[in-house]
Amino acid sequence: MAQMNMLHAINNALDIAMDEDDSTLCFGEDVGHFGGVFRATSGLQDKYGKLRCFNTPLVEQGIIGFANGLASQGSRPIAEIQFADYIFPAFDQIVNEAAKFRYRSGNEFDVGKLTIRSPYGGGIAGGLYHSQSPEAYFAHTPGLKVVIPRNPYQAKGLLLASIRDDNPVIFFEPKRLYRASVGEVPTEDYQLPLGKAEIVQTGSDITLLAWGAQMEILQKAADLATNDGISCEVIDLRSILPWDIETIANSVLKTGRLLVSQEAPLTAGFASEIAATIQQECFLHLESPVERVCGLDTPYPLALEKEYVADHLKIYEAIKRSINY
Amino acid sequence: MSSELYNDGPVVHKPTFIDGSSVEIPELKILKQNGSVYEGSDMPEMDEALAVKVYKTLAFHRVLDERMVASQRQGRLSFYMAALGEEAASVGGAAGLKSQDMIMSQYREQGALMFRGFSLENFMNQMFSNEKDLGKGRQMPIHYGSSELNYMTISSPLGTQIPQATGYAYGQKLQGLDEVTLCYFGEGAASEGDFHAGLNMAAVQEAPVIFFCRNNGYAISTPSDEQFRGNGIASRGVGYGIKTLRVDGNDILAVIKATQTARTYALKENAPVLIEAMSYRLGAHSTSDDPSGYRTREEEEKWQANDPILRMKNWMLLQGWWDEEQEKSLFETLREKVLAAVKVSEKIDKPHIDTLITDVYDVPSRQLTAQLEQVKAHINKYPEAYPFTAGKF
Repeated sequence: MAQMNMLHAINNALDIAMDEDDSTLCFGEDVGHFGGVFRATSGLQDKYGKLRCFNTPLVEQGIIGFANGLASQGSRPIAEIQFADYIFPAFDQIVNEAAKFRYRSGNEFDVGKLTIRSPYGGGIAGGLYHSQSPEAYFAHTPGLKVVIPRNPYQAKGLLLASIRDDNPVIFFEPKRLYRASVGEVPTEDYQLPLGKAEIVQTGSDITLLAWGAQMEILQKAADLATNDGISCEVIDLRSILPWDIETIANSVLKTGRLLVSQEAPLTAGFASEIAATIQQECFLHLESPVERVCGLDTPYPLALEKEYVADHLKIYEAIKRSINY
Repeated sequence: MSSELYNDGPVVHKPTFIDGSSVEIPELKILKQNGSVYEGSDMPEMDEALAVKVYKTLAFHRVLDERMVASQRQGRLSFYMAALGEEAASVGGAAGLKSQDMIMSQYREQGALMFRGFSLENFMNQMFSNEKDLGKGRQMPIHYGSSELNYMTISSPLGTQIPQATGYAYGQKLQGLDEVTLCYFGEGAASEGDFHAGLNMAAVQEAPVIFFCRNNGYAISTPSDEQFRGNGIASRGVGYGIKTLRVDGNDILAVIKATQTARTYALKENAPVLIEAMSYRLGAHSTSDDPSGYRTREEEEKWQANDPILRMKNWMLLQGWWDEEQEKSLFETLREKVLAAVKVSEKIDKPHIDTLITDVYDVPSRQLTAQLEQVKAHINKYPEAYPFTAGKF
């Protein structure tokens, strides 16, 4: 065990992955000698050489197209998109190509070895294009896996599982936590399962669900509610696609109430998918409507960020609304 | 900064523009339409056996296109795309490679797959999307693929295979293999952003990839002068720092020579090559298109006189490697075989219903399995509405 922040944990996972398999490559904008604008790939070029860790030209559709080709050839590419806000130029290569590669070829070819890493999420005064949470766009795409960790321990275990998974995985890293979140992380190799939610705190009155950096805020709201005598079950979804319906449904069958919180805008965000599924699975057990506490349906603002975000007070109020329904 | 990237041009003291068309691009031609060879030509490495194989592949291509367009007209097939007049580009490209090289196509290059030995049955099963199709009946006709033959499965989005070819070739280089990747695309697809991405990355990342552009004058109804204003696609290669060659795409010897030379260079130097093959799309864009709405008969007739298959036949006759008797018998046999294969493939069952959810992931997720069970229960309730699958699971 060692104290690591999230960047150290990610860097450590990449190091383990590159060490165990000569065909593993890390590339993207500024990923090479400089080690990435957030330093996630720091030291990897020195250790594994310029052929396996390198800068690409500044072209997101090229980075992912190149990665698709590498993965179909049998290499194990870990492509970095500098900010999730800039993943959209590669949307076609991800949605039409990576996600459908195995299905359309009848398993003659696949890009299962592909992992796309990208810093995502707000809370850093990043304005419109350094704050977005685009997971719901990708959740609508069969063939992809979408994974989001909440702390350094999760980041290392889930990233190693994503790299080794035989499906294309998008791994969103909450950049607000890169240096802010510090914890004990095993220095050795370990994996955490994809497609599996984690119950962080058990409770009996309401189920609270979130992912990524929003987990910290959810926990703060849960603590306020606990002081009021409300027993909260707190769950980290971890995998957006495919998602763990069973764990969430079992929790709601027990508590009878669900609140989902996400950073992304409300309309057609992933919370909507969860709410619709849970009302179908748990209809007779629900004591109140499913609450969604999300960003507003606006672009991510700069000056009024504090007002825009789904903070702990907005969640706390929604918990009380649900309990008093 | 690496200053060696810039050559030393003259210094000027008044604005002096370089003209957009100032790059002169030679076009490689070896074979004349009458079958004779231009004096002083470098011939490709090709013996009689290879020449006969190439010619038979061209003939197969012509016959398959004729018969399948007719089948589509009869309503037996949903869709087809012929390559009339451009067969030499795809067949010649494949003939200039080694069998271990990867080929990534756009969709009008089934000649390359024919050259690699994809069976008539495999072509048919894909087009009729039956249970014997390697692609499990999921994609539209002509979206072929074969891992055994190193021919990447075709997808409809244009240009996406271009940066993928760069990545594939980079992997081949990294593993020290005696392999390159050849990537086909049309001059219309070269307007996509992925063209820019793929070529620039290939140059910078030093990937042994051959970009092979079929410039046939049209992207559906759009003529080249509404597609670009530079000197074709070849002039762009120079801008990316890529070795570039323009070739007569109706000249099979020139195409093979160009590809063989490109392969040697790409492998030795770990660098990309761009080949632009000039040709003409004699047929419609697809069975959903009618070219009479956007071009003249005179124009088509001019290009019919440049038929690449006839040109090779003339050469084969002069070599003494072919005669009219063989010609007649080859085309007759091919027509019979293709017709017979249509009759067999169109009767083969559709894929099993379980293939709806396989290969979305390596293993179907729980959600997918649940959705399939729902569909099966529904079919059992209304079997007459689902004749392909009812009673078969």
